[in-house]
Amino acid sequence: MRYSGFRVIKEAFGGHKGWKPAWRDPSPQKDYDFVIIGGGGHGLATAYYLAKEFGESRIAVLEKGWIGSGNVGRNTTMIRSNYLLDGNEPFYEMSLKLWEGLEQDFNFNAMVSQRGLLNLLHSDSQVDAARRRGNAMILNGSDAELLTPEGVRKLYPFLDFENQRFPIYGGLLHRRGGTVRHDAVAWGYARGADQRGVDIIQNCEVTGFKIENGKVLGVETSRGYIGARKVGCVVAGSSSRVMQMTGMRLPIESHVLQAFVSEGLKPVLPGVITFGVGHFYATQSDKGGLVFGGDLDGYNSYAQRGNLPIVEHVAAIGASLFPALSRVRMLRSWGGIMDMSMDGSPFIDRTPIDGLYFNGGWCYGGFKATPASGMCFAHLLSTGRPHANAQAYRLDRFMSGRMIDEAGQGAQPNLH
Amino acid sequence: MIINHPLLGPRDSQEFSYLGDASLLDRPDWHDVSALQKFHDYLYLRDNPAGEHRELWYHEAGDRSWLVVTRNTLTHEISKVELAQDVADRKDHKK
Repeated sequence: MRYSGFRVIKEAFGGHKGWKPAWRDPSPQKDYDFVIIGGGGHGLATAYYLAKEFGESRIAVLEKGWIGSGNVGRNTTMIRSNYLLDGNEPFYEMSLKLWEGLEQDFNFNAMVSQRGLLNLLHSDSQVDAARRRGNAMILNGSDAELLTPEGVRKLYPFLDFENQRFPIYGGLLHRRGGTVRHDAVAWGYARGADQRGVDIIQNCEVTGFKIENGKVLGVETSRGYIGARKVGCVVAGSSSRVMQMTGMRLPIESHVLQAFVSEGLKPVLPGVITFGVGHFYATQSDKGGLVFGGDLDGYNSYAQRGNLPIVEHVAAIGASLFPALSRVRMLRSWGGIMDMSMDGSPFIDRTPIDGLYFNGGWCYGGFKATPASGMCFAHLLSTGRPHANAQAYRLDRFMSGRMIDEAGQGAQPNLH
Repeated sequence: MIINHPLLGPRDSQEFSYLGDASLLDRPDWHDVSALQKFHDYLYLRDNPAGEHRELWYHEAGDRSWLVVTRNTLTHEISKVELAQDVADRKDHKK
């Protein structure tokens, strides 16, 4: 069934009784050509592009819970292409271009809203660094504008421009950045993949791998053994736990990141803003709630909930940037588990085990990468070769010294 | 989280900064023939367990001691806190 305005009107006359489930609920077959572990945004996108762009069939997505129950449903929904380094920016620019055409491509309303993303700057050196980053973005086909304080004031008049400690010196505006309805991304990819014959198998936990003579033959699951020619593991915060079953140790630590939503307000924040001093970013959802977040809690965690010091910290720096925020009540907060890599950049690579591929280490920037991650991982799974825009995301880059460290923090995952 | 410091008693975890897995205490021998591989594994690879985790915390806003904290990464429950110096001394003693 194709979704369209015409279909909505037609169904309205029929009492909306003609809508069908958006995807099937199949039982697992005995074997597949491709088994994707993880029914999150990246896993579903991988399956979708495998079927659509690479013409592959006999594909299954195995999900331990329900699809979209992990980080694709727990993030702050921002998309952007504002990276500095060569290994990263072409990839994220590809991702943003895919976002721009995504809704037409998979025929689902993901509410892609390019409302603009503004990084605020609070010192001369930050302005210089932003100018350099903006040029790198433009060289890679993205967009960037350096705003003066007056330019920022026109967009966001309510910020604390004269803050004694951190006055606003300007901002780097990325007009094509914005937000997307995160759950709809999982649903849209799931529906698109299902229509192309992908089996999406929920409540199916992978409990082990069958590996013989250095080659993967299939996976043991809570719903029985499933044979596979190629297996792709895309499980974000659980990467170390799943890959440990193959005997691999990863350059990843799992950390908790919290996010927050305020009570609903009338429109106040037209775009996405980030504070350049403390780590704080905010946007306003279509329901009116301010969605905001900050730093990691900073310690290894699989708990999907954080502690109060970060709540206080994020609220305090938010209020220092945006004084009106101090009058707003916080509605809820939650935590997600981030697969923090040793240089803050992801992996899309084969493993030493033949037929087993790994996609992970997205740190807390995985959501914006969803389309390109799916496309590049599908490319790798189908052709056996890395996509041109994901060649740098190798698992062995720490041995060869080709780290992609945007933050320049070294092997300290809680600082990336 | 409250960290029960062996010398100072219960302290708010905000006073500490976090380094990571306590295996970072076991620096490889640079004379070793496979030192390159060993240092790579030491610096970049992690067990990253879901469950009990031994980890290094630094009492930055306190007595500046390093602690080895045993904490459950699924529940954040802390079961043991030792001075890293004591842990290292015990290791040296065993050698």
